[in-house]
Amino acid sequence: MSVQEVLPLGGLAPERSDQFRADHLLVAGMVKPGSKVLDVGCGDGDLLQLLETRGIDGRGIELSREGVNRCVAKGLAVVQGDADTDLVNYPDDAFDYVILSQTLQATRQPRVVLENLLRIGRRAIVSFPNFGFWKMRLQLLVGGHMPRTENLPASWYDTANIHFCTIKDFVELCDAIHVKMERAEALDLYGRPLRLRMPWWVWNLFGEQGVFLLTRGGGK
Amino acid sequence: MVAVKSIPSPAISADERSHEVDHPSSPVAHFGADQPLRLDCGIDLTPFQIAYQTYGELNAARSNAVLICHALTGDQHVANVHPVTGKPGWWETLVGPGRPIDPSQYFIICTNVIGGCMGSTGPASINPATGKVWGLDFPVITIPDMVRAQAMLIDRLGIDTLFAVVGGSMGGMQVLQWTAAYPGRVYSALAIACSTRHSAQNIAFHELGRQAVMADPDWHSGGYADHGIHPHRGLAVARMAAHITYLSDAALHRKFGRRMQDRELPTFSFDADFQVESYLRYQGSSFVERFDANSYLYLTRAMDYFDIAADHGGVLAKAFAGIQTRFCVVSFTSDWLFPTSESRALVHALNASSARVSFAEIETDRGHDAFLLDVPEFFDISRAFLQSAGKARGLTTRDG
Repeated sequence: MSVQEVLPLGGLAPERSDQFRADHLLVAGMVKPGSKVLDVGCGDGDLLQLLETRGIDGRGIELSREGVNRCVAKGLAVVQGDADTDLVNYPDDAFDYVILSQTLQATRQPRVVLENLLRIGRRAIVSFPNFGFWKMRLQLLVGGHMPRTENLPASWYDTANIHFCTIKDFVELCDAIHVKMERAEALDLYGRPLRLRMPWWVWNLFGEQGVFLLTRGGGK
Repeated sequence: MVAVKSIPSPAISADERSHEVDHPSSPVAHFGADQPLRLDCGIDLTPFQIAYQTYGELNAARSNAVLICHALTGDQHVANVHPVTGKPGWWETLVGPGRPIDPSQYFIICTNVIGGCMGSTGPASINPATGKVWGLDFPVITIPDMVRAQAMLIDRLGIDTLFAVVGGSMGGMQVLQWTAAYPGRVYSALAIACSTRHSAQNIAFHELGRQAVMADPDWHSGGYADHGIHPHRGLAVARMAAHITYLSDAALHRKFGRRMQDRELPTFSFDADFQVESYLRYQGSSFVERFDANSYLYLTRAMDYFDIAADHGGVLAKAFAGIQTRFCVVSFTSDWLFPTSESRALVHALNASSARVSFAEIETDRGHDAFLLDVPEFFDISRAFLQSAGKARGLTTRDG
């Protein structure tokens, strides 16, 4: 039993479900029912299916042909495309939310992608693996090799993830491009939110991934 | 002496084919002087008729109608034995009991396009003004004209909104034209292996085909009907050239390679030594049995003129502005006639219009023809798309 399971569940706790991933439930909980959502890098469409059960009009973009075809075969509105090159084809304010789940680190230009997310959508929900997570730091510090985790098992030479960052790095990028954080969550290894209200540096150390609800017009 | 075996004459007489032209063995809707067809060329075509085929039952809410649009050389016989060739329907892989478009679920309609030669008014029909075959006096028609005529038939059938419009190649062009011209009347659109405009390369291939027809002395400047003959050699060559564009290098190589036809060694002649030659000749000769040469000219021309963006100030997205139709766009990796890039341009325009669109590219080496063949991934996607649209539309499906 992990530490998280004995902690009292707070008001932000996502509902429990065997069918859906914990981080998907958290993301879905950030989306208002009835809104229009674009999921960039939607994989096999699991999150989109979850959103559809909540009456949300979901669309997807996925890079892999196999992923797209599986999504379309589930009846989802998904097109083949690349976050780096295809977001420019979407008009301003086309969606209420644009979701980029576990994909930011695989884009060639994360900053441009992030700017596009908040051009197309009035809000963006971005999640990514935190390279400031203590296990990552430990592997680099003690092991002397590029970190590998249960969720990121690929070696440095065959990973699709080319732009890793820490939660701290991401917060700084948001400030730099005037993006406001409406809500931020750090998740543990199992995709469950860290319950305690703590300063950024704690999240940056103990969050395995970060999930952020963003709007335009923040920063210094 | 070099042995030359030309393309064989068709086994089916011109009479058998021409009977279907005006008196098809399928339902026909007649439109009199009170309902002319307004053509893009400025002419009112009247009277005219649309031959069509239906499968399944229209439900009480009239909400389960699916219109299938046929490709260049197709017709209304999508899922029944063809009255001229005796072959199975041209899309029985997709349409029929247990198929993605199942007559137990949908009321399926397929019309012969205007300009065709299987019962809808076209150049092979009798011009009522002269009592003779239209020939080249028939006005040039466009894809929008075909769709306008279909809409008149749909009106006549008492259907306001089509649950789905489905088609590949030229049929896909009609699907897109339907959504652009009648956005409120199309609930979902399945556009396969097509484009919003005909490319220069495709126009070039069509011109090659037309010139082959016109070079046949039996064509008689389009007036062959008056001579009681049919330019079958020219039309067969056109079909042979076109057929190559429907396949792919890989598919041809897999199917035929350099294998010889019923012989071990070359005959040192221009006989069909290679299997691929024999196959093409067969494709050519079987095609002319069922298709009118002038109709081929008119329909290829209609495809050439097709350019949705041009009709909307050059901006494709404007054609679909605010559209509520659910789209599914499908392309095939080895299709070089309507390559994936064309579908992608369409998808970008639909995205820019915030339309609900799915887009899948299917991996196959079978070229453009893949949409007519047994490609399970394509069927899965078609079935899922229509079922999810049906759910949203409140249609009850057999699968619950």
